[in-house]
Amino acid sequence: MSRVAEFIFRRRGRNGWHWTDVFTWVWLIGGLFIMFGPAVWLVGSSFKSPAALAEFPPSIMPYVTQKATVEGYDKPLDLYEVTMPEGSKKVLAEVRRIGIVAQMVSPDKPTEIVKVNIAERTPVRTMSFATSNYSEPFTHFDFVRYLWNSVFVTVTATVITLIVNSMAAFALSKYEFRGRTFAMLLILATLMVPLSVIMVPLYSIISALGLFNNLWGVILPTVATPTGVFILRQYMLTIPDELIDAARMDKASEWQIYWRIVLPLTAPALAVLAIFSVVWRWNDFLWPLIVLSRKELYTLQVGLSVYSGELNVQWHFILAMTVVTMIPVVLVFIFLQRFITTGIAGTGLK
Amino acid sequence: MGHIKLTNVTKSFGAVDVLHDINLEIKDGEFIVFVGPSGCGKSTLLRMIAGLEKPTGGELAIDGKVVNTVPAADRGLAMVFQSYALYPHMSVRQNLAFGLENTKMPKAEIAERIAEAARMLEIEPYLDRRPGQLSGGQRQRVAIGRAIVRRPVAFLLDEPLSNLDAELRGSTRAELAALHARLSATMIYVTHDQVEAMTLADRIVVLRAGRIEQVGTPLELYNRPANRFVAGFIGSPHMNFLEGTVEAVPSQKAIATLAGGHRLELPVGADIETGSRVTLGVRPQHIALGAGDNSIRAKVRLVEALGSETVLHADVAGQKVLVVAPGQHDLLPGADIDLSLSAAPIHLFNERGLRLERAV
Amino acid sequence: MVAVRLAMGAIDVPLRWVQRRLGIGGMATFFLLPNMLIFGIFVLLPFFINFAYSMTGGTALFLPDRTFVGGEQYARLFDCVNYTDPNSCAEDTFWTAVGNTAWFVVLQVTLMILFSLITALILNRELMARSFWRAVFFFPVLLSPVVVGLIWKWILQRQGLLNFGLYGLGFDPYTWLNDRNWSFAATVGVSIWAHMGFYTLILLAGLQAIPKDLYEAAEMDGTRPARAFWRITLPLLMPNLLVVVVLVLIRAVQIFDEVYVLTGGGPGISTLYITQYIYETGFATQLRNPGLAAAASILMGAVLVVLTLVQLGLGRKGEKKGARK
Ligand SMILES: Nc1ncnc2c1ncn2[C@@H]1O[C@H](COP(=O)(O)OP(=O)(O)OP(=O)(O)O)[C@@H](O)[C@H]1O
Ligand SMILES: [Mg+2]
Repeated sequence: MSRVAEFIFRRRGRNGWHWTDVFTWVWLIGGLFIMFGPAVWLVGSSFKSPAALAEFPPSIMPYVTQKATVEGYDKPLDLYEVTMPEGSKKVLAEVRRIGIVAQMVSPDKPTEIVKVNIAERTPVRTMSFATSNYSEPFTHFDFVRYLWNSVFVTVTATVITLIVNSMAAFALSKYEFRGRTFAMLLILATLMVPLSVIMVPLYSIISALGLFNNLWGVILPTVATPTGVFILRQYMLTIPDELIDAARMDKASEWQIYWRIVLPLTAPALAVLAIFSVVWRWNDFLWPLIVLSRKELYTLQVGLSVYSGELNVQWHFILAMTVVTMIPVVLVFIFLQRFITTGIAGTGLK
Repeated sequence: MGHIKLTNVTKSFGAVDVLHDINLEIKDGEFIVFVGPSGCGKSTLLRMIAGLEKPTGGELAIDGKVVNTVPAADRGLAMVFQSYALYPHMSVRQNLAFGLENTKMPKAEIAERIAEAARMLEIEPYLDRRPGQLSGGQRQRVAIGRAIVRRPVAFLLDEPLSNLDAELRGSTRAELAALHARLSATMIYVTHDQVEAMTLADRIVVLRAGRIEQVGTPLELYNRPANRFVAGFIGSPHMNFLEGTVEAVPSQKAIATLAGGHRLELPVGADIETGSRVTLGVRPQHIALGAGDNSIRAKVRLVEALGSETVLHADVAGQKVLVVAPGQHDLLPGADIDLSLSAAPIHLFNERGLRLERAV
Repeated sequence: MVAVRLAMGAIDVPLRWVQRRLGIGGMATFFLLPNMLIFGIFVLLPFFINFAYSMTGGTALFLPDRTFVGGEQYARLFDCVNYTDPNSCAEDTFWTAVGNTAWFVVLQVTLMILFSLITALILNRELMARSFWRAVFFFPVLLSPVVVGLIWKWILQRQGLLNFGLYGLGFDPYTWLNDRNWSFAATVGVSIWAHMGFYTLILLAGLQAIPKDLYEAAEMDGTRPARAFWRITLPLLMPNLLVVVVLVLIRAVQIFDEVYVLTGGGPGISTLYITQYIYETGFATQLRNPGLAAAASILMGAVLVVLTLVQLGLGRKGEKKGARK
């Protein structure tokens, strides 16, 4: 056991703990809580009923106060465990509360009101997951629409991104032509023109094309990413030119060379770009917010932000929808983390 | 049919002229080898015939038809690349089929051709493997197979054996020769290995710095090199060159003095003037040990005993001479010996490096 | 799959014809065309129109309908009595946004570098389960800004986790996001939380590229670890560090999404940053003024261009360094 501990907490100090060892573990454990904690808290909260969400101090797990239907009262009443003056404990239902005094009844004797100081009682609670937070938005709100819009935008944009960018990268890596350097520089220069700089005129162009309030208006401006062209081109440069000559001798047309030789061999870089594109498009916010003003066209991100900005925020739904919005990204994270981190380390791409 | 004709073909990459005025006629069924030092333009010439590069000037014709603007795919040629250029993501079978599928050939015929080529090259067991799972020799066969299934009018091979180890290279070379005999298709083969050139070629084209130096059969090149460059390039070890001056020109011969005072009698024609500077070329195998009519004195610098023969590095008045003597000789560095040239074919080159034709 | 293959085969027929017309070299144009079209229409065109936009006034959307006003929009942006006091300017919100953004950028860059460098140094140590720890810090990077904003909005609200923790320590609950200073701090902290993992990765890659034998040699020379850090680690990490600085800068200048969800720019305009100013001036308010928004965006673009050029220059330098190694 101690050997395991020794292995886990490999230290700098040969005997005893050097301050850097202490600092390292404080940082790591602290990081674990700060980085994961909020998301875990979000997921936990998303299963709480609205009443439990309004509580302070909040409970860690989702509890609901038990209720009982008492004769003579229309609504179910909350149950409390009350410490009676003589010291015995009893389960009573609350009728109403005035200041620090609650009027309570025993469920078996609905007529007899007992006045109890609220300090003398605790609610009777059981753990319960409010799955309706999840199911209701799916049935009552436009949530399914938003989900579908997001999926449509993400998938379409990614497919187009891959095709258009890989074609350009192919031209820029495997052909000699006049203006190649210029085209390359032009593409790189657009790195300097982020959306936030051109959103006003871009909006007018989208409107002129009739793409305002249209998912294509969200998709098209995003698909020609300079970073995409760049990483694909770098990768294609490593494919030997002899292979392409061989294909030409084999009577392959240029399109076939692109489609049957170069694309399959670029698969690793395409996969990286695909992953990034999915995350980018899924997370996009500002541009969809500008282009989409009709509710039924909102993507998840826009929908969530609009709902959360309403006056009486329905947090129980918002939290659950946020969790759903997180799911694809978390899946990508769990299964493709290695891929992404090496991709970032290699290209500085985000 | 695989008759290829190049007329005044030139090629430049931008401002760099890589090939100058190439004239060459390749007959149907011929095995032609391009040799030359690295960077002399062999690959460029081959790629131009293939259609992968466009000639800058001149005319390129296949079977009498000018093909300057015909794309590679439509010239009916097949190429084997130095790196083999097998499609890494396709199985061997798909590699062989790819070119045929592009011609919309019926599936049955494709299968038949692949089977035939696989049998011929003994690659049947690997048909469903990827190139990455093959050894270098196997990959090489697949690359040749990919050319064979196309039934091209001519095969173009760019240093196809250079990635193989020495032993495999020897056996594959023999197989290539057999293959050529069997297919009797035109083959154009680029190499800088002169053993390959000598053993495989019907005719050799020697290139230097983008120019053709000489075209001829291997023995023509060996026996009658057109110039000093070809003489030095063909034959191993290289031909010895000795500088000298013509002293007198009696009928049918010339008397030359080498640096160091040796006088040699050389059989040449009349077109040589007394007093002109010449270079004598003698192959190391043609020099005999021991004194004779035409002999020179040399100092041994290094002795390499190979068993069947002995290679002597000697020094003749400051000029290096290499001798390959059959058998074993008990010589030590520093010894003075006589080298006899009386039986040797001596080549004479003028100051411009051109060979002076022997009269006899 | 089969359908895709058939479709691609079908495309090939007309494309072979195109190839015959254009030649092999001409096909390069064909492959480049879709990308260039999209670039042209959705990036270059708006980029140039933006200048024209910034010189027109009114609320009309399409350029031909707008009235030319010359440099009026710029003049309005720069119309200040006292440049140190945003309230003395005609466009006081613009200058507040600029001031906020400047503060945000300064804090963001310093803290981001500090935290991600410390994390990278720690992750570069011999750790058990290093990839797990790396994942811990990387995790928020992929979350959408909206989700990030909502998570923290939920934590920082009155009944939130933070107040719960402080309550345990005896403090009263506080509505953090209604406090000017705290909500500003929250925007800085939250965006560090969300993006730190990304920069940590870049720095970690840089650290791992430093040959181990350098440290061994230093140890043989009796160099103390702290000195080895200042004299070996930091200089060799400098290219990565500079790239990170510039990347953080460029992103910080454009901050919008998570802040918009978290605070909406409030309370008041205490967390209004420049992108949100452009967005609201151009689209969201009743009195929208696209010309003014365009002018502001051009000013921001100019800053970004300078920063990007610095980055490219640094990248070039870094490459050269790498090549020499
Ligand atoms: N695409 C090109 N652009 C510019 N110069 C080129 C190009 N291809 C070849 N060259 C130049 O043309 C000359 C001939 O090249 P080539 O490849 O034909 O030589 P080679 O005889 O095949 O040499 P090796 O035996 O080394 O393969 C070289 O000097 C080379 O630098
Ligand atoms: Mg070559």
